[in-house]
Amino acid sequence: MSTGSIQARAEGWLGNNDVRLLVALALAIGGLYALFSVVLGFQLNGTVNTLRRVAFLSAIYAMLALALNLQWGYAGLFNLGAAGFMAIGVYTMGILTAPVTASPPGFGLPLPVAIVGAILMTGVIGGLAALPAIRLRADYLAIVTVAFSEIVRLTLRAPEFANTRIAGVAFGTGGATGLSLPSNPIRILFYTDPAATAPAPNALGAAIFSAVEPLGIEQTLVIGWAYVVVLCLCLGLLYWLMIRIGKSPFGRVLKSIREDQQVTQALGKDTRLFKIKTFALGCALMGLIAILWRLSGGYASPRMFKPIQTFYIFIALFIGGTGSPTGSIVGGALFASLLFEGPSFIRRVVAEYLQLSNAPDTLVGALAQLGTLDVTPLLAYSVQDVSISALRLMLLGIVLVYLMQRHPDGLLGHRKAIASSVDLSQQATQEDDNE
Amino acid sequence: MAARDYYSRGQNLVYNRPVLVIFAVIGVFLVFDILRQVGTGTIVITDLMSYLWNGLVLGMSLGLAGVGLSMTYSILNFANFAHGDLITSGAFAGWATAFLIAGLGEFSVESLILIGGPIAVGSNELGINVVNTPLALLAGLLVAAVLTAALSLLLDRIVFKPMRSADGVTLMIASVGVALFLRNFLTYSFLTDSRGLTGGNVPQFTIAGVTFGGHQITLVVVAALLMLGTHILLQYTKIGTAMRAMAANKDLAKVTGIPTERVVKLTWIIGGGLTGCAGFLIALQQGTLTVTMGWDLLLLVFAAVILGGVGSIYGAMVGGVILGIASRLALVWIPASFLLVAAFVIMIVMLLVRPSGLFSGRTTA
Repeated sequence: MSTGSIQARAEGWLGNNDVRLLVALALAIGGLYALFSVVLGFQLNGTVNTLRRVAFLSAIYAMLALALNLQWGYAGLFNLGAAGFMAIGVYTMGILTAPVTASPPGFGLPLPVAIVGAILMTGVIGGLAALPAIRLRADYLAIVTVAFSEIVRLTLRAPEFANTRIAGVAFGTGGATGLSLPSNPIRILFYTDPAATAPAPNALGAAIFSAVEPLGIEQTLVIGWAYVVVLCLCLGLLYWLMIRIGKSPFGRVLKSIREDQQVTQALGKDTRLFKIKTFALGCALMGLIAILWRLSGGYASPRMFKPIQTFYIFIALFIGGTGSPTGSIVGGALFASLLFEGPSFIRRVVAEYLQLSNAPDTLVGALAQLGTLDVTPLLAYSVQDVSISALRLMLLGIVLVYLMQRHPDGLLGHRKAIASSVDLSQQATQEDDNE
Repeated sequence: MAARDYYSRGQNLVYNRPVLVIFAVIGVFLVFDILRQVGTGTIVITDLMSYLWNGLVLGMSLGLAGVGLSMTYSILNFANFAHGDLITSGAFAGWATAFLIAGLGEFSVESLILIGGPIAVGSNELGINVVNTPLALLAGLLVAAVLTAALSLLLDRIVFKPMRSADGVTLMIASVGVALFLRNFLTYSFLTDSRGLTGGNVPQFTIAGVTFGGHQITLVVVAALLMLGTHILLQYTKIGTAMRAMAANKDLAKVTGIPTERVVKLTWIIGGGLTGCAGFLIALQQGTLTVTMGWDLLLLVFAAVILGGVGSIYGAMVGGVILGIASRLALVWIPASFLLVAAFVIMIVMLLVRPSGLFSGRTTA
């Protein structure tokens, strides 16, 4: 098998150094998008913006997958309610920072205080939710957590809490219309007064803006990329934290719970307490990451926290393989760049290359013209907004089924962080070789 | 002695199951509060009767939709997240048929098969309802049952059969993938518009201030008949006995010589058929159809099944009715935007207090 040996050699070169693997992956994805854009002659500003979007989503989904991996990959807690905890984080931050005079009013606290408050809130609610829930079987836990996330979403959407007053304190979730969030904090690097409507750039801002101006790159794009750099730093920090947790005594207990809870209990560990702590920590991280996600958009609405959001993270996690932090990042990046953003990019390519006539109104109309061996009506139908997003989600469904059938541990599942400090399986095969 | 006996049993209950006792006390308090509010006239008795009737209608929908889910849950041992989208698939298949039969000759086949959507078919001009076009509806119900059963078999063959030995969580995640695929296949084919289904004058009866809609009555009656049929099938036929044996102990059933794969196929056929009927009837009662109908119902159906006890089809029926009535009665205390929240809270409480459900230990199929 020549492909096998190429794969083996590639793995030999990349596999023994995780950082090298991640950098190679980032370059490969970025290169792929850049290559297509250059070949197709897209504008530089648009190309750089596409790359920014892909990098932004990759970093966010990699971080979310890392947080979920802590719960599922390390402790074996199947949390299908990630979207609910993300919503709690974002909304707590939004309500704490909203000015007292705004509609709906908030508490007017500075952003860093609000972020700390939101992390605490998500962690505490996660811990309280875990208290009864961790006794449940994995499938019941999944149903309970998905119901919990729907309760959170429906409560945030309810008109009763959109603009309310409880115990004399006025605040609100904004209901179905959503909640305004503070503007992107990274702007402070580039502007003297970031809150103004047409802010004047400071020294750094002026220097960078004038340097990229001739290339046709807009100011918002520079800010966007600066934000992506910050996100990548956060991702690095989280990755380091996960590796540290995995190697710490705490992490080893978690992995032993995943392998065999009864043995862990027999060794005198309070597995219940470990699970609750892990669940709370994972939820707090999800709240924080969701804040990082929404701060760039400056706006949150209950629609963003449907269960499909949780499924996205799970797909990312399963692509990379459960139980391995490197796998989570690879999964997040592959999910965001190929599955999440890929179809809309392909759609732009199709629209650019084929001068598509007006799309037929219905699938029947599109299929009827297949009789004359003309596929363009079907293509035109398929690249409409609704159809392309449906096709994308159909693809996600197929990927999920395929992964569960062929690679239930994920593409990098064989790298699962082992529970013991020495890899016993490897040692056993080495002994076999010696014989 | 007897009093002493009750006392010690009560004491045991308080010590061993404090959560259960707390919820029981809350439940009794709520019942008394309803009686008090009716007594003081805070709620009108006709409103209360309306809540009960609408709750029964919702409950029968959930019960019928839940039987199939409960059957696959107990025989294949996984929570099928694709069940909601099987409901939707049944509704679309059935209603395309009903539209085709009711409107052939008057409207283009294209617009009828797509159930209106981008090309408007005035559902009012078509005038489908129980009195005007009973045959179209009957045909729709049959096609919904047959096509959903066929779809279930196909999905089992492609997705679930190759992973028979996989654990419940893996199967559950695969079913999430199936759900995504099915729902978005429907979106791709039919687009997202919410479409009106029924038209003309739907008969309704008003007795003592409570309105009983013609389609509500149809749903309750047909659902009750289908459940009765399922009961007879499971209780008095060889297939039913084999299914119950498999739900109780798969290995033992296999050793006894029960062809387990054939039973699994039959489970999908019967469960899928009932699910398709449920989708068609729920759409009939709502009068509108969207691609997210089944997905939006899924958690409620899970709640009904869990309330009744996973694996028990009678549990699914009873659980559905209790949940339907309880969530509508909740309107006495809470605003309508928290209706679903109330149902989910009931489910979570049930899972925490008594995860085996009301009909625990009686895995009848």
